[in-house]
Amino acid sequence: MAQRRKKKLGNLQAIIGSIPMISVAVGVYVICIIYSITLSFTSSRLFPKFNFVGLKQYERLWGSPRWQISVENIWLFGFLLIAFTLIVGYLLAVFMDQRIKQEGLFRTIFLYPFAMSLVVTGLVWQWVLDPNLGVQSAMANWGFEWFKFAPLVNPETAIYGVIIAGVWQGTGVTMAILLAGIRGIDEDIWKASKVDGIPAWRTYFSIVLPMMKGAVATAFVLQCVSVVRVYDLIVAITNGGPGIATQMPAVFVIEHISIRQNAGVGMAAATLMLLPIIILLGGRGIIQWRAAKIEKEYEKKMLQASAEVS
Amino acid sequence: MSEEKPESSGNEPRGPKPRKISPARIGVYAFLIISAIFFTLPLWVMLMTSLKTMPEIRMGYLFNWPQEISFDAWVKAWDTACTGRDCNGLKPGFWNSVKITVPSTILSIVIAAINGYALSFWRFKGSNFFFGLLLFGAFVPYQVVIYPLIIAFREIGIFATLPGIIILHSIFGMPILTLLFRNFFGSLPMDLFKAARIDGAGFWQIFFWIMLPMSVPISIVAVILQVTGIWNDFLFGSVFAGRANMPMTVQLNNIVTTTTGIREYNVNMAATILSAAVPLVVYFVSGKWFVRGIAAGAVKG
Repeated sequence: MAQRRKKKLGNLQAIIGSIPMISVAVGVYVICIIYSITLSFTSSRLFPKFNFVGLKQYERLWGSPRWQISVENIWLFGFLLIAFTLIVGYLLAVFMDQRIKQEGLFRTIFLYPFAMSLVVTGLVWQWVLDPNLGVQSAMANWGFEWFKFAPLVNPETAIYGVIIAGVWQGTGVTMAILLAGIRGIDEDIWKASKVDGIPAWRTYFSIVLPMMKGAVATAFVLQCVSVVRVYDLIVAITNGGPGIATQMPAVFVIEHISIRQNAGVGMAAATLMLLPIIILLGGRGIIQWRAAKIEKEYEKKMLQASAEVS
Repeated sequence: MSEEKPESSGNEPRGPKPRKISPARIGVYAFLIISAIFFTLPLWVMLMTSLKTMPEIRMGYLFNWPQEISFDAWVKAWDTACTGRDCNGLKPGFWNSVKITVPSTILSIVIAAINGYALSFWRFKGSNFFFGLLLFGAFVPYQVVIYPLIIAFREIGIFATLPGIIILHSIFGMPILTLLFRNFFGSLPMDLFKAARIDGAGFWQIFFWIMLPMSVPISIVAVILQVTGIWNDFLFGSVFAGRANMPMTVQLNNIVTTTTGIREYNVNMAATILSAAVPLVVYFVSGKWFVRGIAAGAVKG
């Protein structure tokens, strides 16, 4: 009796201790999200107003070239950034796995950009890619006059300049995660593939890579989240320009709830930003659920088989 | 950048390696070294530019060693660079960042440690549900919740104040840190907890006397994660901190994008290095711990 009451008392303490967690989980990740979605159906300006206008804000949103370009940009940025960080990250991880003596040094070099803020990243690359005094002029001064590389000042190519900066910042992390994945593969796999005479590069791509799905998924999700959130980098490197060439949804939302004082449209955009994340999480959930189901069936079969044998 | 890449074809004779230096080996090193050059170049450019004088910068030799090293740009960036009408350099921003980072780091870690402890040893009805919600929050774009939070903070009266930004950082650090501590406490033997229970210790006693001293290593990882994360934050600082508490990143961006007068690239780059200094020092000092922090932060999912 006393024991049980004490346990209950402890639980009460646990609930008291968890008040911050509960209030953040419910307050921020349920109420705030619902609030934002609700406001996207209203004509709120700087302050929230609850006069509903249906889907008008969404119509206005898709009618605005600023938003259209933002959406185009985020797909292009996301696709290229994720592809580059994963491919280059994996190549680097494979090469780092070749018993490199200076592994620590290389790791430090590849990973340090991740320690720097995206604002710093943006400002540095803005300077490196400066059309008058950046790489282009340095190369011209060295006699490579034909070398033209100043993507940020041209609306057509500005987004690629942003992608270079993003790849520079994010590849090291991907490399670190994937390298950990490679190192986690059983040594026996390597012995077996050696016995079978499979060349090392094929082992890396056809055997090791499929075996480290977890590490790849982790790196992929990490990059996806950083793509959807990209804000600081854009503000620092181009501030959305030239013109509106490098606008992104995250910048669009912040501009609309602050200087443009159009929270309704901003919240409509924010609601749409939530969609890919929900699809991503939902997809992962389904894959995990199916994997668990397959595993269960497999176990069942094995049990049956072993029962038959005995 | 323009140096010749040593050619290595894929069709080397197979069989036992003759000696240690094979073409494949050279290819591996060439790839790593070229990548390393790409990754170090911006840091090199930053450093060189910050040490040059403006006339030398205008000559356009971006990668060259400065003809004469001058630290004037550093002094100016720290002390007198202008953002709009204020000409106090980066130092107020630096101290603001310290004032924001230190309490935010402590508060968020204490909360997360209690969460993780409760989730591991004192599960109550619905505790895993709240934890699931919190993990979902790790993926939610900040833009989705930022406007309601501005309204709420304004109502409470902590919008654009120091306590406001500290609470905000604690909120957004909670998902990953809670996961970190839950995984750590979950790996501890249950018997330890049971023994303490039999001795009559309660929720807080076990937490303070047994769990907290044991969680020093994981706390170091959490500190690294939070210090770099909060120091590097720009979005929350620019929206929630208010003019008086503007963190270093926001001030840096203002200094660099100030359009009045001539652009002093050496001052800008010195300011950039100064803003990156704290997280870089944390990174170089912590080394393997930093990687562990990233890995721990990345396991969400």
